Amino acid sequence: MYYIDPHIHMVSRTTDDYEILARMGCVALSEPAFWAGFDRGSVESFRDYFRQLTDFEKNRAAQFGIQHFTWLCINAKEAENVELSRQVIEMIPEFLDLPGVLGIGEIGLNKNTRNESIVFMEHVDLAIQFDQQILIHTPHLEDKYQGTRMILDMLNSNDQVDPGRVLIDHVEEHTVEAVLAEGFWAGMTLYPISKCTPQRAADLVEMYGPDRLMVNSAGDWGPSKPTAVPDFIIEMRRRGHGEKLIRKVVYDNPVEFFQQSKGFVFDPPEMPEVETIET
Amino acid sequence: MSSPMTAREVLDREYLEIRAKILQLAASFDRLDRSAGDYRQDNRLDLIQKGLDLLSDPSCPDRAEKVQLVFSREFSENWQEELGVTKSRS
Repeated sequence: MYYIDPHIHMVSRTTDDYEILARMGCVALSEPAFWAGFDRGSVESFRDYFRQLTDFEKNRAAQFGIQHFTWLCINAKEAENVELSRQVIEMIPEFLDLPGVLGIGEIGLNKNTRNESIVFMEHVDLAIQFDQQILIHTPHLEDKYQGTRMILDMLNSNDQVDPGRVLIDHVEEHTVEAVLAEGFWAGMTLYPISKCTPQRAADLVEMYGPDRLMVNSAGDWGPSKPTAVPDFIIEMRRRGHGEKLIRKVVYDNPVEFFQQSKGFVFDPPEMPEVETIET
Repeated sequence: MSSPMTAREVLDREYLEIRAKILQLAASFDRLDRSAGDYRQDNRLDLIQKGLDLLSDPSCPDRAEKVQLVFSREFSENWQEELGVTKSRS
């Protein structure tokens, strides 16, 4: 089955990973800007990173027939440096009209601090100013519930935010319902230890239905599995779910969400017909 | 939308996995007991115990969600005042 990984950090992965993703059926992916594992020292570091995301990675992916899209921001882990964050936010518009740029992301919270909240809201303002979609990181482990509620508060208090153009990522059992109820898209990240497993993601699809839900690997330089989306596909098949339902989550939904961005110029693969199964 | 599998089919498929996970937990607690030092004052044990209590309550629905909340920091509706930030920028 062809699929799209809507959240994966390929700058941290090898070219062999691209080949494996292509063999597994990945036809497109989107790569949000991320933390490098250390705090960058200047706005020029981000300018180089954004060149890597918008140019080098696009070409590296294309060698394997994978279409590469990206999101730009300064990550929440670096948002304690408000001065640098504002310099980066001011520089981002240089890249927003480049092919494959889908919007602002992955912005969000990490430890749910005052500075993270300020930088988050300034990113949201930037997205509104330039009519961009938004991809949001929710915090890890014990910080997730609190941080997700704070993020929803900030988004809902801004009447210029269109929830249908915002993807709130890394949802789990205690956050997915609130995200979907407010009209946002929700991403489930399949990780070996933290976040969701393929089995629990399949549970959430069964509990909440497939609308506005996606799954991703969020593969990066830490413990993660870039081929986690196919693991979800297999889990859904093992439970007896039909191909149409699975394809909606792993392919149709990302396309529906991304196509709201003018940077999403997508050349779809020739799709085999799948049987219609009532969900 | 529900699972296409019957409860019996789910149990048939997951029985050995559940058994293995319970054994993994049991071995982890044994390992803690065999290790030097006293860990009983660590508040993470309280969280673990609350999680285990939820699992062993057959009348508890939505166990996964409730276990997540056990291991979550509390959310304050007044967080913006407490942090000194203004929510609305519209």
